[in-house]
Amino acid sequence: MSDRKLAVLTVISILALVLSACATPTAEIVVETVQVEVTREVEVPVEVTQVVREEVEVTTVPPALEGPYEHLARARAGEFAGTEVNIFGVYTGEDANRFRTALVPFEQATGINVTFEGSGDFETLIVVRAEGGNPPDIAQFSQPGLIARLTDFLVPLDSFMNMDQLQKDYIQSWLDFATFDEQLYGLFYRASTKSLVWYPTPQFSDAGYEVPETWDELIALMDEMVANGHTPWCIPIEHGGSTGWVATDWVEDILLRTAPPEIYDQWITNEIPFDHPALVEALDYMATIWHNEDYVYGGPEAIVTTFVGQTDELFPAEEGADPECWMMKQAGWIPAFFPEGIEAGTDAMFFYFPPIKEEYGKPVLGGGDPIGMFNDRPEVRAVMEYLATPAGAEVWIKTGGFNSPNRSVPLNWYTNDIDRLQGEIMKNADVFRFDASDLMPGEVGTGTFWSGMVEWTLGEKDAETMLREIDESWPE
Amino acid sequence: MTAQDKQIANWHDRLVRTAIALSVLVMVFFVARWSFAFMLDDQAPKWVTTLVAIAVGVCGVWIFFWIFNEIISLIPGEKARERLRPLVFVGPALALLIIYLIYPAINTIYLSFFDARSENFVGLKNYAFIFTSPQVQVAFRNNILWIVVVTSVCVTLGLIIAVLVDRIQLESIAKSIIFLPMAISSVGASIIWRFVYAYQPAGRAQIGILNAIVVALGGQPVGWFLRPPLNNFALMVIMIWLQTGFCMVVISAALKAVPGELLEAARIDGANEFQAFLRVTVPYIKGTLITVGTTVLIAVLKVFDIVYVMTRGNFNTEVIANRMFLEMYRFYNFGRGSALAVLLFLAVAPVMIINVRNLRRQRS
Repeated sequence: MSDRKLAVLTVISILALVLSACATPTAEIVVETVQVEVTREVEVPVEVTQVVREEVEVTTVPPALEGPYEHLARARAGEFAGTEVNIFGVYTGEDANRFRTALVPFEQATGINVTFEGSGDFETLIVVRAEGGNPPDIAQFSQPGLIARLTDFLVPLDSFMNMDQLQKDYIQSWLDFATFDEQLYGLFYRASTKSLVWYPTPQFSDAGYEVPETWDELIALMDEMVANGHTPWCIPIEHGGSTGWVATDWVEDILLRTAPPEIYDQWITNEIPFDHPALVEALDYMATIWHNEDYVYGGPEAIVTTFVGQTDELFPAEEGADPECWMMKQAGWIPAFFPEGIEAGTDAMFFYFPPIKEEYGKPVLGGGDPIGMFNDRPEVRAVMEYLATPAGAEVWIKTGGFNSPNRSVPLNWYTNDIDRLQGEIMKNADVFRFDASDLMPGEVGTGTFWSGMVEWTLGEKDAETMLREIDESWPE
Repeated sequence: MTAQDKQIANWHDRLVRTAIALSVLVMVFFVARWSFAFMLDDQAPKWVTTLVAIAVGVCGVWIFFWIFNEIISLIPGEKARERLRPLVFVGPALALLIIYLIYPAINTIYLSFFDARSENFVGLKNYAFIFTSPQVQVAFRNNILWIVVVTSVCVTLGLIIAVLVDRIQLESIAKSIIFLPMAISSVGASIIWRFVYAYQPAGRAQIGILNAIVVALGGQPVGWFLRPPLNNFALMVIMIWLQTGFCMVVISAALKAVPGELLEAARIDGANEFQAFLRVTVPYIKGTLITVGTTVLIAVLKVFDIVYVMTRGNFNTEVIANRMFLEMYRFYNFGRGSALAVLLFLAVAPVMIINVRNLRRQRS
């Protein structure tokens, strides 16, 4: 080979190297998914769960709670004994164990062997497996967006499930979140609410503070705190590549309290522009807290650089000292990040993020884990039906750290106040809405909305400019 | 032995060797299949998997070459054998190059003309998006800033340090220390610098050394990588810290090759040290400077890890490679991601060509 040819070949191969190296940074994907998993999931300390698990008795399910599900009844009659069903999902660690234990009563009653496998890379793997023709029988997702992407491969649940029963058990919103092209593709198994404000209980009552019931009371409480030399809020939002989602949760929670739910729904689909006046108004409300350095510990700099799970400012290290901040708005999983020795329920409690405009009542912002079905076999149908009933979650509810969106779940199944109160908040919600950013196209919901909120927080852009730019970034 | 006997023996020999080669081939196939299945088994202990991988990998390659060498030597005709033999040794490498480099490169270009799910042809729409989107524009601006600042600072610093350490006694120690960051991966370095830049609200203990110094001197803590344009330079410092050692070592080697007589002559002609350096040394090592500069430039063009770890492109620190990753793996927009990859490819191409030309000129 001549020198010239060699040189040309070298150039080509190095260029190709550069290009393909750019196109496939596999190692980084792993980093990304692992981090998402850490905070979106609740990891409950092992000791607690072991103690609790001994207490749980697998009850025989009263048929009243089972509902008229055909395949489940046939499975209970032993028709599918010896078959196997596999589930693949996002639950890992303790969550995975608890999900498995929740399936045990079903396996014992029907003789169907149900296996569950969880992975931190679920979101990447499920797409590959579905498109590669090797999907699991059932997949447990962490948000409905991915279901929407995979409807070509999923089995519509309304083709075989008793819809009357589903409508009795779930409020319409839950069914709507997983309905695409007028067909139901997902079943919400686990729910969580984000409209919670956590505070350190003993210090709060020692200081004479009272839980606010309205927005005005909240503002009054904040001013009282400032007058006492206290800082009301900690708002940590730093979360690596996902920095910004905490801010979007705030916007959504406030929007539900200051505008009719229809506005919220149209905003998600961009039927109304992203910078609709209702949004500007919501951000004004938000700014009264976020952009007031007296109200927020450390100001904007601390907001965007403090990790979402950092809670130690809420709990003074020394006896009798004041916490550095007194309130933190975060979803039900945050106790998993409390410093050692802090027990949710005794050392920390939450209150419902108060309503703003009376006419919109008490809306709740939340999220949930839907379950979808890929392979249509009778025994797989039976498992889906089982998971739709209260019985499908009974063991997990009783071991704690779980909220069911199923209305028929008796509240006395919840064994601790934290779970019960969250269950109550969701049950009493005048309006329940799913996290909007999870439902928007990724370019916005996990892209410009997040980064825009960061810029707004730092004061680089005002609300109107930021919202207009997000609107312009909406994909066609 | 008669000639005929010899021929028969030869045939015999060939038959046996063919049989052995083929049976080994079949065996290898089964071993490879078994070990592949074994390595996929995540129940197996990690170290056993590693051992199997090493054993099968190393022995496998050796057996592979041996078998094919055997097969080639069975082919009659010296000429044909000599033609085919190099292919056995170059072939696997070439095949891997095509599968893992050329094919993905071509496919990337192809995908850049399709929509997010690679289903519909959209023409140049992805490229139109790239050149009009304000977010990508920020990435372009930053990339240019990175290229200018990091490349020039790295080469200049490398040159200055190389010249300076050339004249001290502890040259190798000084060089080792400056070269040390090269051994750290970009991700590792970024994590180290995250601690350097760490920010805590005023009043709390500052765990970041920079803010600790600022506060000790009576200042307010600074969010180093939050506010543009300071944050972009804060990130560039990391790259400079990583790359300067490389520049220094290569330039230092070139400096040693500058003939002493040349400098001597310049000095005799009345040049001072500075003039001798600028007029003699620098032109003499110009080729090296270009090579080093272009190498750093390519690394800078592709910068991803540092931005990804430090800010993920937030706070106006976006760069093209990070944007590409976002489009690809967060928004699942394969079209736009591929278009950005192609763009990066086109940006790197001329630099590569200059680099290779320069190398060839030096060799000849």
